[in-house]
Amino acid sequence: MKNHISFLLIFITISFVSCAQQVESEVKVENPKNLNYTTELVVKDLNIPWGITFLPDSSILITEKSGELILFKNNKKIKITGLPEIYNRGQGGLLDVIIHPKYKENGWIYFSYASEQGEGNGGNTAIMRAKIDGNKLVNNQLLYKAEPNTTKGQHFGSRLAFDNDDFLYFSVGDRGNRDENPQDITRDGGKIYRLNDDGTIPTDNPFVNEPNAKKAIYSFGHRNPQGMFKHPTTGEIWTHEHGPQGGDEINIIKKGLNYGWPKISYGINYSGTSFTEHTSLPGMEQPLFYWVPSIAPSGFAIVSSDKYPDWKGSLLVGSLKFQYLERLVLDKDKVIKREKLFEGLGRVRSVRQGPDGYIYVGIENLGIVKIVSKL
Amino acid sequence: MIRFISFCLLFLSSVLVFGQSKEKGKNFKKSIERGALVYEDFCMNCHMPDGKGVENVTPPLALSDYLINNREASIKAVKFGQSGAIIVNGITYNGTMAPMGLSDNEIADVMNYITNNFGNTNDKMFTKEEVLKIEK
Repeated sequence: MKNHISFLLIFITISFVSCAQQVESEVKVENPKNLNYTTELVVKDLNIPWGITFLPDSSILITEKSGELILFKNNKKIKITGLPEIYNRGQGGLLDVIIHPKYKENGWIYFSYASEQGEGNGGNTAIMRAKIDGNKLVNNQLLYKAEPNTTKGQHFGSRLAFDNDDFLYFSVGDRGNRDENPQDITRDGGKIYRLNDDGTIPTDNPFVNEPNAKKAIYSFGHRNPQGMFKHPTTGEIWTHEHGPQGGDEINIIKKGLNYGWPKISYGINYSGTSFTEHTSLPGMEQPLFYWVPSIAPSGFAIVSSDKYPDWKGSLLVGSLKFQYLERLVLDKDKVIKREKLFEGLGRVRSVRQGPDGYIYVGIENLGIVKIVSKL
Repeated sequence: MIRFISFCLLFLSSVLVFGQSKEKGKNFKKSIERGALVYEDFCMNCHMPDGKGVENVTPPLALSDYLINNREASIKAVKFGQSGAIIVNGITYNGTMAPMGLSDNEIADVMNYITNNFGNTNDKMFTKEEVLKIEK
């Protein structure tokens, strides 16, 4: 009998241990002790403002996921026509938008969207550039279209950023094909890409000489990056990505490196089972920070202006899941503090610092708010 | 001991009788199976694997009075999206669900799945014909 009981105890212990223990984020999120800022609604009545960017005349260009491109100018919304056909399914739709760093000279805007173009049923992420003429898009040029099409609803990625050399970076998520896409550089999905601003492949991209590789790939092993910015002082591209259950990450993107998904992860399956026993492996990058539990990050910015003295250098990340804006305080490249801001405003989809130095936040079912000093 | 066994048998049979009030037809079961995949792909991120949603953010499907009592409105929400306040199990949710771009077949399947999972039961099968009829 005693034997039986000890066997049972061992069995119970083993089953608990093997049931995917997760290590919570070291730094826990807290409410701010002093909050010197509040929000001011600047663009109202938006559903899912996926992307926001600013034109030199301080008008705002906004993408609605449903497939509308809106120019907000002189307090009026102008619908910009001439978009390509948008594949509106699951997480796909009209996605991010940015302008060329030399927009004043060349007038190019860049946007990402889900597209059915090409062979096969379904869609995948596409990148296009165009110019705005009056209230319509002209000179539309398709720069990239990920393959193959799939009817899966998940993980289109979509975030866009330019670096200091005018290279365009963008993300495509694993498209719900975890086991085939992210670790295979001959396939699209689960990657950060780098292109010249005209869509051609930079000659020094990491895999240009690999047979069969997708030459636009810059880094791989990603799940679904929906946040990206260029660091204002180092010029590096920073991203965050959604993990499964737990395991959202912040990464600094370096050429040709493998960020590990799904071979390594701090997350587990939604069902609670694990798909990998590894949180680290040789040859795979560790995140700068990981979230357990997940916050479902979307939108990413770093505060570099002088409008928020006590926030300078902080990261701002939207949480779709908990409906707040998270501020992460860095000490060099380590997160030392996390705060939840403006909880309850809604699902935060996009975060950008405007050319006026203010932070603008796109919130679902609300609009775009600007963070301002409390009076 | 005999008493105990008969009690167990009684208990088991009552579970069988009350737990599955009507045996579902093959098509119904197949639809629920397909619906599970649709759920995983399109719904689970927000409504969570257990269908309980996120407190005060995403309404629950599990034992949801709204889902069970508002058959048409529920189809409509999946078909065309949902925005504005709805009350689910006494809590007001004022969020937005984007339309997912599902086919009428997929909508019927996922409705069959969510109304027969997470503790919910429903004997009236959703069909693509029913979904087709629902207008914005």
